Amino acid sequence: MSLQRVTRSTIIDAPIERVWAILRDFNSHLDWHPIIAESRIEGGESPDQVGCVRAFRLKDGNELREQLLTLDDRNHVSTYCILDSTIPLQRYVATVRLAPVTDGNRTFWHWQSTFSTPPGRERELADAVGNGVYEAGFAALRDYLRRTPPPARAPAAAVVEGTGIVLGARGGPGELRRSLVRAAAPGPGEVRLRQSAIGVNYIDVYTRTGLAGGLVEVGGVPGFEAAGTVVDVGAGVVHLAPGDRVAYACLPAGAYASVRTMNAEQVVRLPAQVSDEQAAALMLKGCTAEYCLFRLHRAQPGDTVLVHAAAGGLGMLVAQWARALGCRVIGSVGSDEKARIARGYCDEVVVTREARFADAVLAATSGRGATLIVDGLGQPARDENMRAIAATGHWISVGQAGGPMQPIEPSWFSAKSVTFSRPVIFHYMADAQVRREMTARVFDALRDGRLRPQVTRYALTAAADAHRNLESRRTVGQVVLLA
Amino acid sequence: MIRVYVSTVIDAPAATVWQSIRDFNGLPNWVPVVAESRIENYQPADRVGCVRNFRLRDGGVIREQLLALSDFDYACSYSILESPLGVENYVATLKLTPVTDGNRSFAEWSAEFDCDPGRERALLEQIGQGVFQAAFDNLKRLLAGRR
Repeated sequence: MSLQRVTRSTIIDAPIERVWAILRDFNSHLDWHPIIAESRIEGGESPDQVGCVRAFRLKDGNELREQLLTLDDRNHVSTYCILDSTIPLQRYVATVRLAPVTDGNRTFWHWQSTFSTPPGRERELADAVGNGVYEAGFAALRDYLRRTPPPARAPAAAVVEGTGIVLGARGGPGELRRSLVRAAAPGPGEVRLRQSAIGVNYIDVYTRTGLAGGLVEVGGVPGFEAAGTVVDVGAGVVHLAPGDRVAYACLPAGAYASVRTMNAEQVVRLPAQVSDEQAAALMLKGCTAEYCLFRLHRAQPGDTVLVHAAAGGLGMLVAQWARALGCRVIGSVGSDEKARIARGYCDEVVVTREARFADAVLAATSGRGATLIVDGLGQPARDENMRAIAATGHWISVGQAGGPMQPIEPSWFSAKSVTFSRPVIFHYMADAQVRREMTARVFDALRDGRLRPQVTRYALTAAADAHRNLESRRTVGQVVLLA
Repeated sequence: MIRVYVSTVIDAPAATVWQSIRDFNGLPNWVPVVAESRIENYQPADRVGCVRNFRLRDGGVIREQLLALSDFDYACSYSILESPLGVENYVATLKLTPVTDGNRSFAEWSAEFDCDPGRERALLEQIGQGVFQAAFDNLKRLLAGRR
């Protein structure tokens, strides 16, 4: 059976960005094409997911399923095929291609397909496709563009004001001062967010005191992690749209605010079942736990994992996840109250105010020691870690809550063939593929209960209290500011 | 590598517009900046691989080689062998696509090339507007009414 080709093309009097925004959406036809009665994407997939299937019911009662084969934002090309249909179009593959008409800011639209038909129906079906679908579609999209004003860029010009926290000076928690913040209209590659939940991390303390001072200037807004809703996006941002629920954990600082305009690249969309508060609790700390247990070290049954501050924001997640992976987990905590919490997910808990845990770890491991230590304490635990670690063990230093660690002689490590790691989350988050894998794994672990965050909430304007309690080791679990 | 891209809609059928464009020796007929042109070594102007040697109205001489010619796709590609433009690895493509709605033509002219970083903006303007767009505008005038 021979293939026939149907081609139609036209010029649309609108910029290519506007036409492409509609045509790249594999589920948009219901909005503008008059022959469509129902359209849905099967399996709840996103309509820009290559491979997704749309199910159409036409107004004349026919039904068809079409699959997206190509989506090319650079060349403005979309290719799709019919999987099955009550209309006898066989081996039907169609391509929509747009090109800018540079003199006049219009759009060339090329719509072409090849297919075969039962004998004798070639002409009838070629006309149905070329005129009834393509040409009718041209007219309908023109009409739709007239009816629908361009996306509201007008309000984007305005600056949005909100509440935030700025660093008044280097020093104590009292230097976190409430302030008016302004979020400018997003420029190219940027997104503007209305933030509802902001993650508080120990690195925020370091940036305030000056230990990691380069990351936040005096007068600047601290914080690296938040979740909220997209207000608007700048030119060139295609992975986010107004109304999307999103979260991020990345540089630069600026998260302690109810509104923020920032680079969109590292902002990720949230699955429906993850709340803003959970995302603010998990983006930075959950992904840190992920790379400690899956990337830096491949935690597995047989590992004995020593987790310091096991009731704290990060320690809790590391301990829960390591246990779910089949490791034996020993948690160190600073109070009996924290021990009660940590016993919920640790095999052993050592209560010690002064980071004296090595004897207990050695006793619990028949003298062998821990094969993995995840250490957020720093200096106070330094010498005890070396006693508590097993030969060929891995010591991951993820924080210095107890003070900056003194230098270590390399020969110290050779005494037990110890591997020492000093990772920083932002290096992992900067890689798009790694970021996708980490966040997907964290949200999966939240859904199936391997991660069970316990969030302590403060108002954004009470950020100083949150820092005070975090530093005095009074907080348990993940600290989140609500804006 | 930088890229210049210019496109327009010409109110004449693609087959008609193509007659002007496919003549690799025909630049003086429709590109305003070109004064005269010849094909080197007595080759036919539609022989892929042939070289056109043309002089600009400002005196500059350019030699370009035909790399591809398709009467089926209404497209041709060529490279610059020598020119006073200060460009390297220059390859351009000129392509017509019929606009079925109105029996018109969509014309695209693009080029990719390397040059000194400081001259990118000037060359984009000179080639995109001074040559490609000016030639399209002139072609539209010449073809007005010829349907």
